[in-house]
Parts: sequence; structure tokens; C-alpha cells
Amino acid sequence: MSDDILVVCDLKKHFVVGHLGLVNREPITVKAVDGVSFGVREGETLGLVGESGSGKSTIAYMTVGMYQPSSGAMSFKGRDLFVNGPKRPLALRKEIQIVFQDPGSSLNPRRTIQQILELPLRLHQPSKDPLEEVVRLLDMVELPPEYMQKYPQMLSGGEKQIVASARALATNPSLVILDEPTSALDVSVQGKIINLLIRLQREFNLTYLFITHDLSLMRNVASRVAIMYLGKICEIAETSEFFSRPQHPYTQMLLSSIPVVSEEEERARPAKVISTGEIPSPVNVPPGCSFHLRCPYVMEVCKQVDPGMISISEGHTVRCHLFTEAGQ
Amino acid sequence: MSAALSPLLEINELVVHFKVYGGVLKVLDGVQFKVYAGEKVGLVGETGCGKTTTMKAILRILPMPPAHLPRGEIFFKGEDLLKMRSSQLSRVRGRGISMIFQDPTAALNPVFTVGQQLEPVIRYALPANRNLSREQIRQKAVIPLKEVALADPERLLDSYPVQLSGGMRQRVCIGMALATDPELLIADEPGTSLDVTIQDQVLRLLHDLVENKSTSVILITHTLGVVRQMTDRVYVMYAGNMVEVAPTKKLFANPRHPYTQGLMQAVPKLTGGGIAAGIPGRLPSYLNPPTGCRFHTRCPHVMDICHREKPPFFKVEADHEVACFLYDQNAQAPPKEASPS
Repeated sequence: MSDDILVVCDLKKHFVVGHLGLVNREPITVKAVDGVSFGVREGETLGLVGESGSGKSTIAYMTVGMYQPSSGAMSFKGRDLFVNGPKRPLALRKEIQIVFQDPGSSLNPRRTIQQILELPLRLHQPSKDPLEEVVRLLDMVELPPEYMQKYPQMLSGGEKQIVASARALATNPSLVILDEPTSALDVSVQGKIINLLIRLQREFNLTYLFITHDLSLMRNVASRVAIMYLGKICEIAETSEFFSRPQHPYTQMLLSSIPVVSEEEERARPAKVISTGEIPSPVNVPPGCSFHLRCPYVMEVCKQVDPGMISISEGHTVRCHLFTEAGQ
Repeated sequence: MSAALSPLLEINELVVHFKVYGGVLKVLDGVQFKVYAGEKVGLVGETGCGKTTTMKAILRILPMPPAHLPRGEIFFKGEDLLKMRSSQLSRVRGRGISMIFQDPTAALNPVFTVGQQLEPVIRYALPANRNLSREQIRQKAVIPLKEVALADPERLLDSYPVQLSGGMRQRVCIGMALATDPELLIADEPGTSLDVTIQDQVLRLLHDLVENKSTSVILITHTLGVVRQMTDRVYVMYAGNMVEVAPTKKLFANPRHPYTQGLMQAVPKLTGGGIAAGIPGRLPSYLNPPTGCRFHTRCPHVMDICHREKPPFFKVEADHEVACFLYDQNAQAPPKEASPS
């Protein structure tokens, strides 16, 4: 699509974690991301949801350039992100920023908030007065200017995450990756951060790639949702379509497993799909569809052939044999 | 639960302080808590509100010092646990009260096999088991692992915890905690470190097991949805105090304490409708906790009296109590608060 700001095409990231055998030394690989394709539209919030080990953070780290993909391509506004290998041009780095999950470890404890916020400013906007910019950034995220002199450990978890968001916005990016920005925080604090992020998105026309395992949060924040399981995307759809007509058996299992707080929500969940089995280790992904060991609708074909992405309606794609010709 | 029945566990006015460099952390501030036989009680509150401290005080596994208990009683079947000698206490731990911890990876010793950790539990669970041979104990050790629906339990006994997945480790912990047939099980965030689908499995398993054995349960969690699904009655805790107690259904249909209301609204809903702003401010410091009601610094309905006095429990219904001056019948009519969304 022409309005896609980020295009990901058959992206793979395999980590070698060890070797098998003494003579032939066959490598043991973890297929953290294994053939993922999607696009992120300008100005939207794409929710990338999955359980631990599904590869969602690996995608985030490749997008910001912390990892090199094993194969596949990523382009941002038509420019290949890995054209120079690991050395990404400064202008591109400025455009894509990230907020990490744990603000306790992503902020340097020996630096003041001023020093933390100045670093990206000095690097990317050397012509501006850094002090003035720091004040502007703090004002933007509704923190008083006195906070400049504080150290991260003097702030609460929520405030630290606000500082981390301000740092990500310091370079004036167009795409911000939010890697579980609120999962280390209590729910009473989560609301404040999320509402701040939504306001900033509107003000600066930001595009968010929102990584989380919290589907209830995505229902309220994302414009589209993609579900990952063991390094692959199983289903991707517009938020309202996704929650009203979930198609992939894994999505249904996930949605029906969410603990909810009211009867209305219970009715909004799909019929109970009893969760069985364990999530296989990414070192040892089962052949065929990686979900077939836990799937209530498993067929013979699922054990042998990995299904491709099938478009079932406008903007709604599912990777499941229930919708392929082989499965009919 | 009838009034004539005496509770299985009763905590009265429990105060726990921690002496640290720079002062005294006044963590628990007169906690009241009851569990009746066969009941599943939830304890909800956010990080740092004192849930785990309360439970560790019950089992007397708080590190002392720095912790000390200036006041309070904890009765288990009529006996004060805080006055017990350690020999008496070791009879309560395990057979009387058992605990499942949040992080099964930290709860299991990595250098011993599952069998090496489970077999002593079986041996000391019953006096009759003391003199059994190792082979007999091993055969008995298979039973709790089968109960928690683990495949191939014989092989598991020889496995090390690192060889198991997170969900399997938590099942082993559950099996171990229930192997002694305790009267009361304390489950401290049993699903928090697991993925949603695995959490669902583990919680359903735990639910079925305690139903079958009619074990009383205290479920500690910060996830409101889990409490709603698992418990009969709920205590809500804030900054070292119980602020509200009610049957689970009533609490979720009609939360009364401003903190409970704020918490419920802050949970993102699967039905959409945006995210509530949450509760302003942050948990107060335990070094200098606010006077009066500890929630008054963040409360939208704060009154003069809240600054001065600590609210006792007020009954809004026979089984629904709230520690908030808004519900003091003698002072004023209870407010017509907006129905919780």
C-alpha cells in the first residue's frame, strides 16, 4: 500500500545458540522471527501482540537497528533500512525511536533527567539550544521543569516511563516503537501514560508500533492488531473486526483466556476455547503449522504443511489451513 | 459462611514495621483479615501495598530483623501463630498452611531434581510416611505430579527445573504445595509470570484441585480479572490497610471505596471505550505515610476528617465493609456515587 510508512517483507531473524555434534558442528538456531510480512500505515497504531518468545521484541529491535535481519527486507518511507548493513545513517535513526519496557533499566541511573534528554538533542539537533529543548520536552509530557535536576531513582515508575517517552520524542521521529511501555507499571498508572501517548500521537502525527501481550489494552489503543505465535504472524486485522470476528484458533484461545472484570466483557469474548498444551520452544518448532499441537481444529494437513497468509476479507489476513484450499 | 462458624484464619490489627537506614518503614498499619473453612479469598492491591508482607507474616517467614511486629495477632484454628515456638510452627507450615510463590523459577532449587525436592515433602507430610523406603516415597511422589496434569511424571522426578517450561514449573510448585493436603493454601500471584493461555490453564487446574480437596485458598494478585474468576470473597488492600471487603460478585458489581472504584475503571476493557486516566498521584512513602486515611492524598472525595483519623470498617451491607468515611452513617448520608462503568 502506498501510505505504508514501514514495510516489512519476509523478515527472518535466526539466532545461533549452540552447536550439535563434535565433527560436523551443526548449528542450533532459534527462529525468533521466521518470515514476517506486514506494513504500518502512516499515523496509525499497529498493535503487535504475542506471548513471550513469539518474536515481537526481536522485530522491534530490528526496526530500530539493534539487530540485523538474517534475511528479508524492511523499508521505511521507501528507503531500505539495512542498505549500509549495521551502520544506519543518522537521518534514518532520527526517524525511528523506541521506548523500552522497563524504564528502571533503560535510563542511566548516574545521569540527571536533563543529561538523559540532552543526549539525543545534541546528536540530532546540534543547532538548537539543548536547555530550551529539554524544558520544551518536559512541558510536552506534563512534567515540571524542576525534574531536570533529578536522577531516575527519584522518580516513580510511571514518571520514569514518561521521561523515556520524552527521550524518544526528542529527535522528532515519525515512527515510535513502544515495546510493552506499561507492562512494568500498575494499572492505575497505566492510564496516564497511555493517554499521554495518544495525545502526543495526535499532536505530532506519530505512527506507533505498539508491542504488548495485553489484548484488552490493544482493544482501546490500536487501529489494527497483529497476533504473533512462535516467530510468525497468525492473524492481522482492523481492531473492531479483529475483536468481533477473530478467525485463527490461536486468537480465539487467547481472547477467551483473558481474565475480564465484567459480564459485558464476558459476552464480548469468543466462546471458550480451552487452552491446552505448552508453547513449544522456539529451538524446536513443530513441523507444519507451529500451532497444530495445541489447536482444537487440527487436521492432517496442518502437521505437514505450513499454511500461508490467506486474505479472508478486506484487511483481514489469517494464517490457517481452515481457510486454505488444502484444508477445505 | 455463618456467624457461628469461627474463621480458619483470622488476622487482627497486624502491624509490621521494617527498620531501615534512615528510619522505620511503617508497612502494615493494622490489617484485618479472615478466611473461613473451604473459602476462596482474593487479596488485590497494587505493587508495594503489603499483600506479600501480610502473607509472609502468616507463615512467619519475614526476615526479622529488619521486620518487627509491634502489634497484632494471627489466629490459625484458634492458636496465635505469632506466639508459637518454632517446633509448633513447623507442624503448621506444610500440613496446615502451604504457599505457592509468584516465580516458580526462584521457588525451585536449580541444583536439585524435582524428585529430590518433592520427595522430602512427601516424607514429612504425614508421620506415617517417615519410615517408608525411598522406593515407596518415590511412588507416592508421582501422585501429586499426576494431579497437576503433568505428562510422564516418573521422568519428571529426575528432571532439573531448568528442563521444564514456566507453566510446568508452576504446576510442580502447585503439586508440591498440595501434596501435604494443607487446610489453607496461600497462592501468591500464581499466574503472573506466565503467558495468558498458560495462566488460564494453571488457574483452572488450581481451581479444580482446591474444589476437589475443599482446601481454603488465599489468592494474592494485582489482576482484578483473575480474582473475579477464582474467588468467593475479596479484600482490597492499599498502602498497608484493607480498604474494602465484599463477596466477589458484589465488589465487581458495585465497588464502594474510591480506590477500588479508581482501580476498576483503570482496567482496560475488552469492550473498548478508551482508557480511564487512572488514579492521580502515587503510592505514599512508608517512611512518612500520610496521617488519617492513607489514601487521602489521592482521593477524589477527600474530606477534612480523612486527614485526621484513620477510617474503621463501615458496614454498607451485612457482608460488604468499606474503610472510608463516606460510608459513616452517623456523619452523613452515603453519597449517591456514579455507578461504576
